[in-house]
Amino acid sequence: MARNAALRQFLAAASSLRLTVALLVLSMFLIFAATLDQVHIGVWGVQGKYFHSFFIWTKAPIGNFNLPIFPGGYLLGAVLIVNLVAAHFSRFKLSASKAGIWIIHLGLILLLVGEGISGMMQRDAQMRIDVGATATYAESTRHVELAVIDATARDHDDVVSIPDSLLSGLGTVQDPRLPFTVRVLSYFPNATIRVRGLGPMEGPNPATTGAGTGLALMPLPPTRKDDEADAPACYVELRGADGPLGAWLVSTRLVEAQELSFQGRRWLLSLRPARDYLPFSITLLKFTHDVYPGTEIPKNFASRVRLRGGAGRDDREVRIFMNNPLRYGGRAFYQAGCDNNDRTTILQVVSNPGWQLPYLCCAMIALGLAVQFGRHLFRFLRGPRANPGAPAP
Amino acid sequence: MNTLLRRFLPWAPLAAAACWVAATVAPEGSAGPYDLAGLGRVPVLADGRVKPLDTVARTGLLLLQGRQRLEAGSGEIPPMGWLLDVFYRPEIADTYSCFRIDNADLLTVFGLAPADGTGGVRFSYDQMRSGLPELDRQARLAGEADAAERSVFQRAVIALENRISLYDRLKYGLEPPGEGRLLTLIATQPERARIAFGAMDTQSPIRVIPPGPGEPSEQWRTAGRGFLEATAAGAPDPALMAYARIGAAWRELSPAKFNAAVDGLAAGLALRAPGPVARAGWEAVFNRAAPFYTSLVLYVAAFILGAVSWLRWREQLGRTALHLMALAFVLATVGIAARMWLEGRPPVTNLYSSALFIGWGAAGLCLILERIHRNAIASVAGSLIGFATLVIAHNLSLSGDTMEMMRAVLDSNFWLATHVVAVTTGYAATFLAGFLATIYILRGALTRSLDSASAESLGRMVYGVACFALFFSFIGTVLGGIWADQSWGRFWGWDPKENGALLIVIWNAVILHARWGGLVRTRGLMGMAVFGNVVTAWSWFGVNMLGVGLHSYGFTDAAFRGLIAFVATQAVVIAVSAIPAARWRSPLSGTR
Repeated sequence: MARNAALRQFLAAASSLRLTVALLVLSMFLIFAATLDQVHIGVWGVQGKYFHSFFIWTKAPIGNFNLPIFPGGYLLGAVLIVNLVAAHFSRFKLSASKAGIWIIHLGLILLLVGEGISGMMQRDAQMRIDVGATATYAESTRHVELAVIDATARDHDDVVSIPDSLLSGLGTVQDPRLPFTVRVLSYFPNATIRVRGLGPMEGPNPATTGAGTGLALMPLPPTRKDDEADAPACYVELRGADGPLGAWLVSTRLVEAQELSFQGRRWLLSLRPARDYLPFSITLLKFTHDVYPGTEIPKNFASRVRLRGGAGRDDREVRIFMNNPLRYGGRAFYQAGCDNNDRTTILQVVSNPGWQLPYLCCAMIALGLAVQFGRHLFRFLRGPRANPGAPAP
Repeated sequence: MNTLLRRFLPWAPLAAAACWVAATVAPEGSAGPYDLAGLGRVPVLADGRVKPLDTVARTGLLLLQGRQRLEAGSGEIPPMGWLLDVFYRPEIADTYSCFRIDNADLLTVFGLAPADGTGGVRFSYDQMRSGLPELDRQARLAGEADAAERSVFQRAVIALENRISLYDRLKYGLEPPGEGRLLTLIATQPERARIAFGAMDTQSPIRVIPPGPGEPSEQWRTAGRGFLEATAAGAPDPALMAYARIGAAWRELSPAKFNAAVDGLAAGLALRAPGPVARAGWEAVFNRAAPFYTSLVLYVAAFILGAVSWLRWREQLGRTALHLMALAFVLATVGIAARMWLEGRPPVTNLYSSALFIGWGAAGLCLILERIHRNAIASVAGSLIGFATLVIAHNLSLSGDTMEMMRAVLDSNFWLATHVVAVTTGYAATFLAGFLATIYILRGALTRSLDSASAESLGRMVYGVACFALFFSFIGTVLGGIWADQSWGRFWGWDPKENGALLIVIWNAVILHARWGGLVRTRGLMGMAVFGNVVTAWSWFGVNMLGVGLHSYGFTDAAFRGLIAFVATQAVVIAVSAIPAARWRSPLSGTR
């Protein structure tokens, strides 16, 4: 009995409209603060800090630790789902008059779940393809990888790629495909490099071999601008069974991969944008960039590409242009921009397993709202005398 | 007789207003000996679209000096007269005080003081001439700074530099400036003429020669290009010859020759490009009629009459207020429809047209509400929003042509017609709920005029409009998400404009849930609805001021001050709503 009462009490609290209103108001504070903070930390920073998180953390006034000061997007969304579900179990009856509300709230739950899925699983990358060239992979704009490439064979490369999540953790990577371990000595999320000996305060050089021996590294704060990308860099030490082979500086600013030989094999080291290899290829046939006559205002960007994949079963031409993406192989390809005097197209490549959910939710909520408010409107239009003083649906 | 009078008298104000409206559309009588209106109807291609020279003249003056009226020593100069002087008598145009400079620091660049300008703020090109190299230098310095980090002075420098550049380029529209007689130049110094025509081709912001047969419809040519092709092929294009005759007549001060040349130009173009000629002609009519200005005046009248009707002559004034608001609404409808036809676009394409549409939508909703409730409340709220949004639209129109071309990603009539219209309708409804609530709070707390019937009908209106607002802001926001998914690959990116729209949705949901949960009653509902104004103003203007996000399209410092002032007034209204009901001047029972 007592357990039952406690459960009922919990249900009453969890399902209350007070909680709904409180959660909605809290989410407004969250969104407003995030909008303002976007000027400082950029749109991606805001997403991570405010929305795709359970708490907003800030540095404690004393000591070296962080304190949660506000609920984040995941927490508010999760509690809102609990609130909605509890309300439907405890307060609402499944009846025709409440059908609109049921549909709205079910759609809302799905929408929140969908945003959660997007936040955790959506991957963004870009492809830059020159006219006439063929690309088989997309590159991340926000993540890098350290590619350790066995380039001994003439016809193919064997690649071991170490994601930046491992690099920034300063760990040691062992991989059965590598005859040496890779130890990350230091990692810089954004840094520029210059020739050594030209500036003050360079300190001793951690790099003992490769291109880094002549270069100095200057850490930079991560960029806040959405149209700029960070250039990470790190010092890595390779160590074979008999001892260290040396320490290298790797950076996305170094265009060429650095070469080394070990046990008769040729290896390449390169810090590069993380790659998503596609099981198909895209060739840029033609790129068009129209402007309105007498202005610089872009009227249209369009890429005519040849798509080859599906183990040879797909070989067709596709036109990708503004508001008209190509969806293929679990990814969507969008016309994002151009470069190189219109000789290079830039395609945004997005994979998001939940991309269809919002469409479904929106249809549901719109239908529910129309049903619910349609009933109101009908009563409302019948005039002031009809049904006085009963606003609750 | 008496009954007849009684039947028709209520309609008399409406009839009088309608006559006034008709007068604004009617062609002007003799505005002067020159057929400036006829030349103003002639189409050219500028800023990527075909428009009449009249629009080029009006938006040019608006851009340079913030208004279309231009005063010179001899009196008022019509926009087309100014444009003709820029084209054909630049040495005279340079003496007109047609550059507005508000920034005192900017004046020191030219060694000027406010006292040197017309009205303290308007200066001529000649006055600025000696300081132009220094302005160029300052503009280069300012250009090196990030747009978001420029100081007030640097922004003013760049704005003025752009305006002077537009003015300079307009001088290349029809003749090479500073080269004297065209035909003499071509005959005696062909090489020099070629260089001058090349400069005209690259500089001119307008293209005056319509496309030839079989050419794409946007392939208009500049006068410079036309002359270059003529020197290769023989006789210049007939349109260029006509423009040359117009210029000669304008310089000779010969109205007869001028009017004959304008007729010749118009007749020639009507054969070669009938579609653009007709469209441009209508746009010139639209410019002259200025339906939104007329509509603004009517809204003011309706607002005053409606508000007075709460104190005296409730029946008569209330009805007239409704009539005038309806007429203003019809005018705004015609204006918006005309813009849609001229642009070939859905109603909302930029910030300017969103202001028009918000006012139109709110007034339309108010007509429906007023039909149901008949207490002049909706008339007052609707005309107030109609008036305010038209004032905002007017200020936004100062940044140039309001029918600008859509950037590639926005170039989608389907999404403009669905997402943008729905979101803007949501804005309109949220504002309407807020203004209705303002009427409730101010009338109830500060006057004795709010009787319980009016209070109850206001309660219903605000509640109903909030439901409407939630519906449209939600639909609009998710349609925006779907558009973003179609064009950028993400449904939701937490972009400031998206966040702003979401805040409106959530706030409307908060209002309704608080009401359903009994957390607030009528008075609380009203206070919350007023806060909806703040949320909507933030979404509409505030987020554009952050300067980040894919949706940003420009802002001005004046807009920022306006937003702060608006939020302050709303805070005052909300504070008034918090005064306990017992201390309100109107005795209202059952409010919490």
